[in-house]
Amino acid sequence: MAGTLGTIDDNTFDEEIGSSTTPVLVDFWAEWCGPCKMIAPILEEIADEQGESLKILKLNVDDAPSVAQRFGVMSIPTLILFKDGEEAKRIVGAKPKAALLDDVTPFL
Amino acid sequence: MPETHEVIIIGSGPAGLTAALYTARANLSPLLLEGEPSSTSDQPGGQLMLTTDVENYPGFPDGIMGPELMLNFRAQAHRFGARIETVKATRVDLSERPFKVWTGDPEALEPTYLGNCLIVSTGAQSLMLGLDREIELVGHGLSTCATCDGFFFRDQEIAVVGGGDSAIEEAVFLTRFASKVSIIHRRDSLRASKIMQQRAFDHPQIEFIWDTVVTEYLGEASISGLRLRNVKTDKSRDLPVTGVFIAIGHRPNTNIFSGQLEMKDNGYLVTQPDCSRTNVEGVFACGDVQDDVYRQAVTAAGSGCMAALDAERWLEAQHS
Repeated sequence: MAGTLGTIDDNTFDEEIGSSTTPVLVDFWAEWCGPCKMIAPILEEIADEQGESLKILKLNVDDAPSVAQRFGVMSIPTLILFKDGEEAKRIVGAKPKAALLDDVTPFL
Repeated sequence: MPETHEVIIIGSGPAGLTAALYTARANLSPLLLEGEPSSTSDQPGGQLMLTTDVENYPGFPDGIMGPELMLNFRAQAHRFGARIETVKATRVDLSERPFKVWTGDPEALEPTYLGNCLIVSTGAQSLMLGLDREIELVGHGLSTCATCDGFFFRDQEIAVVGGGDSAIEEAVFLTRFASKVSIIHRRDSLRASKIMQQRAFDHPQIEFIWDTVVTEYLGEASISGLRLRNVKTDKSRDLPVTGVFIAIGHRPNTNIFSGQLEMKDNGYLVTQPDCSRTNVEGVFACGDVQDDVYRQAVTAAGSGCMAALDAERWLEAQHS
C-alpha cells in the first residue's frame, strides 16, 4: 500500500520500539483486510497532524507474523501504542478518526 | 447555516456509490455521506469491505477482491465530482423540504445539511447472537470479519454459526487457515444455494452440527469454547473452539428513518413497485436497505442507478 508511514517487521520491531523516545503507534494490518484499508488514510492524517509527538509504523501481519503472535493479535486492524517500549493502549477494530484520537492523545 | 445540496446520498455500498456516479454525471453535484470506519459491515463501502473474492460481479472474469471493488466504485464516483464525506448520518427530518440531515450530535439544534432530495442506501448489517459478553469478546476469538481475522486461527479448531450463503462462504474460506470448521445451524438443512452447500458437504475440514444453537461463550480473556444446545433433544454440550464467526443474517440500517419512512415488519424500507420512490416525495431508496429478497452487489448497484434516475427526473419536474 502506498503511503508515507514507516514500516516495521519481525526483524526491526524490538529495536525500533525499544529505542524510540516518542510514543509509537503500530498498525497491525494486511492487504486482504478491508477495514484496514479504510483507516490507512486516517492514520496518515493523524501522523501529519501529530508531527514529532507520535510515530506511526505499519506492521504487515503477513510479513511479521511472530510479532503479531507475540502480542496476541487475533483481529485486524489492531493498533497498539507503545510508550517507553511498553504497551500503553490497544485499539481493536477500525474506528472513526475522532475516536482514535480520543484513545491515543491521553498518552502523548 | 447548514449547506443546501440538490442531492444527498446516505450510505456508500454499491447502491449509494452507483447513485453518486449517476447523479454526478447528471451535474447534480451529489453529497455522499459514506459512514465511518468500523470492523462491522456498517462502514464505508458496506458489506463487501468484509469479503474476499467476489466471483459473481459481472465484468470481472477472474473475480475481484471486495474491498478493491468498492474502492473502484468510490474512485469512479469521485472522478465525476461526487463529494464524499466520511461521516455518519445520525438523524434526519423528512417532514418538510428541504430535508434535514444531521451528522455528529443528533441533538444539535441546526441540521448539518439540507437536501432538496434524498437517496437512502444505508444497507444492512450482520446480526450478532446477543449473548452475554459478546461485545467484549469481539477481537478475542469472536469475529465479525472472517476475511480480516481468519489468518489468526491457523491450525486451530473454530466454529461458524449460521446456515445461509454467507455462513457457508465464510466456513469454506476459513478452511484455508483452520484445521477444522464446525458449522452450527439451528435447523436440519441449509438455506444456502446448492452450489455452496455442495462445496461445504464435500469439504473434509468442515463438520456440521445440526439443530443446534449457541447459548454461551466460554473462556475468560478470549474464547475457549461454546456451550451448545440441541433444540430437538434439549441436551447441552461444550464445543472447544478458539474462534467463532457469526453469520446468521442481516438487519437493515433503518433506525434513523423509523416513524418517517414506511417499513416492512422486518425493518426494510418499502419502495413503490418498479421504481425507487418511498412514501415521502423526494426520498428514494436503493440497495439492501429496501431489498430483503435478492441482496446482491449487482442488484444493489442496479437499484442505485434507478434511484439516481428517479431523483434526477423528480428534481427536473420540481424546477420546471
